[in-house]
Amino acid sequence: MTSVSMTVNGRSVSKEVEGRTLLVDFLRNDMRLTGTHVGCDTSQCGACVVHVDGRAVKACAMFAIEADGAEVGTIEGQANADGSLNVIQQAFQDHHGLQCGFCTPGMVMSTVALLKDNPKPTEAEVRDYLEGNLCRCTGYHNIVKAIMAASGQDVSSIAAE
Amino acid sequence: MYAFEIERPSTIADAVAALQAEDAQALSGGQTLIPTLKARLAMPSALISLSGIGEMQGLCMSDDGALCIGGGTTHATVASEAAAHYPALAAMASHIGDPAVRNRGTIGGSLANNDPSACYPAGALGSGATIITNAREIAADDFFDGMFTTVLDEGELITEVRLPIPQAANYQKFVQPASRFALVGVFVAKYADGVRVAVTGASEEGVFRWSEAEAALSADFSASALDGLSVPADGMIADLHGSAAYRAHLVGVMTGRAVAAAS
Repeated sequence: MTSVSMTVNGRSVSKEVEGRTLLVDFLRNDMRLTGTHVGCDTSQCGACVVHVDGRAVKACAMFAIEADGAEVGTIEGQANADGSLNVIQQAFQDHHGLQCGFCTPGMVMSTVALLKDNPKPTEAEVRDYLEGNLCRCTGYHNIVKAIMAASGQDVSSIAAE
Repeated sequence: MYAFEIERPSTIADAVAALQAEDAQALSGGQTLIPTLKARLAMPSALISLSGIGEMQGLCMSDDGALCIGGGTTHATVASEAAAHYPALAAMASHIGDPAVRNRGTIGGSLANNDPSACYPAGALGSGATIITNAREIAADDFFDGMFTTVLDEGELITEVRLPIPQAANYQKFVQPASRFALVGVFVAKYADGVRVAVTGASEEGVFRWSEAEAALSADFSASALDGLSVPADGMIADLHGSAAYRAHLVGVMTGRAVAAAS
């Protein structure tokens, strides 16, 4: 067992973990933050995307100990301080950017990272950035639309409902 | 995963010492190794994480004008910080995997793994890079030793990669859309003393230099200089994504595109 300490959504946490504990299992099992999903567990699908020191990573392809000392952000930390949905979450709701919703936490976390680097992405840039986030319902059109809307762009000309 | 201990040293010296343990394995970005461990295809006694080693991070320019990249530098960092110095290499790094993978995967890890379809082996071989380890300096021409094999010794770490800056270069990747690896990728770089052409994704031997194309392009750096040249299909990878003949054909096509796009 190894000791690991990190900040999760602004809260300092410290635990003893096995060496092989993945960050996603640490978050879900030890922190009980089950909003971060495990979809494929082979680092393809992106349902487990979280932020480590502000960068999007797949939490199923990183060991918890490697986040030692880091600031980790998960979907649970994304809402506004008053508990209301943030701009991106609200846009996903407004534009029906989810079907079953399983991929949504990863989609939202990737979107936060995208818009931080590129506040007004083109549709092509959004699709390119989401290369590592899979939606098995294939609800991509409305996901892209939600992201374009969240970035404050006019989405009336984007096809598909 | 089988159980293992994990250590996170903060210096190269400590990592090298830790790797002396029997069946200890270095862990860089883990974007290949962690899925491998999950599939129980590897059973290390200990993983030595390199992510906490500050002296293996980041980029710099050497006195002789080469780009130096720490072995633990992520693809995302190369994509952003190499852009001003070596745009073709930065562009290549910016299309490896997906954004989250690029935030973890490293140049040293990619080169040490020598996946036959990875991008960095082509970038390093095409640039005539020098692979610097804790023990020695290895020319890229001598480094790759067949699919998933390099001349690295047990416990030897890539601490830095040094790449001479070419006059013009470009990397063209025909993406295998599911894996995002190169079905075929070609890195072309024009130096004062000749052109280098490195091909990944195609050969069962892993990355290789296409010497006929290099000779033709050194004489005339234009896509038309490749007219009539082809690589034999013998020894090319054949799988459900593409036959050997298809890959051999793609080598010519992607080389031509890289030359046309080189700047």
